[in-house]
Amino acid sequence: MTIAPAQSAKVFELVASPAGIRVGLSEIRIHLRETGLSDCRCGTTEIVLAEALNNIAEHAYEDCGVGDIAVAITLDNVGILIEFTDSGAPLPGLSPPAGNPPVLDAPSGDLPEGGYGWFLIRKLTTKLAYTRQNGQNFLRLRMNLRGAQHAPGRTFGAWSR
Amino acid sequence: MDLSSSQHGAYHLITVKAARIDAAAAIAFKEALRSATSGGTDDVLLDLGQVAFIDSSGLGAIVSAIKMVGPDRRVELACLTPDVEKVFRLTRMNSIFRLHSDLNDTALGQTG
Repeated sequence: MTIAPAQSAKVFELVASPAGIRVGLSEIRIHLRETGLSDCRCGTTEIVLAEALNNIAEHAYEDCGVGDIAVAITLDNVGILIEFTDSGAPLPGLSPPAGNPPVLDAPSGDLPEGGYGWFLIRKLTTKLAYTRQNGQNFLRLRMNLRGAQHAPGRTFGAWSR
Repeated sequence: MDLSSSQHGAYHLITVKAARIDAAAAIAFKEALRSATSGGTDDVLLDLGQVAFIDSSGLGAIVSAIKMVGPDRRVELACLTPDVEKVFRLTRMNSIFRLHSDLNDTALGQTG
């Protein structure tokens, strides 16, 4: 399945609530399908989008259900660049969590019910960068959607990994 | 959040009639699951065949089912759709839950 050649970003404006995020994810998925991305890769992308958006709604906007999140999607031959912009509170320590895998070798009654979000983001992205400027948060993620380990050519400025 | 219950062999089969178990639905799902499983003694088989998508909130809610039923009852999952199975594999939750491809899986009812 060929992915569309490098194109300018398509920007989606979402309301930072669970319902608003559902609407936004649906619109973004339709867009990704229209570019020729396989259903499987659309699904993987939606997981990353959902986790990042939920984090912004819950923490940057403190679950108040109002606030805007801009999501810019840029596809190229190797993968996808996703840029989130919001005007909420900064990430603690101005640093994205490490997303360590939750510990599963615990008695069934003690299995963790949380902590999977950043783990999934880290697991499915090849690059991740967070900055804060003028009261806004900028989170940039890159996913490779061709199975390649490293995207040749393009660089995206300062990355945290 | 619509859950329907029935008997399926030795299992209490709970069919989830929702397309998404996500941040918008996780709390309602947990509450519905709690109602459906309370007072029961059979192992639970959760049919997720209609669920196209879960996020980490949904995953956490499904994990909570294990605690809801207590240590003497198993919670097993069936009919996971591709994106849902992806989340279970990535988080290694497929080592915690027995996953059945369909409701006629011969592994159903085996404790080994």
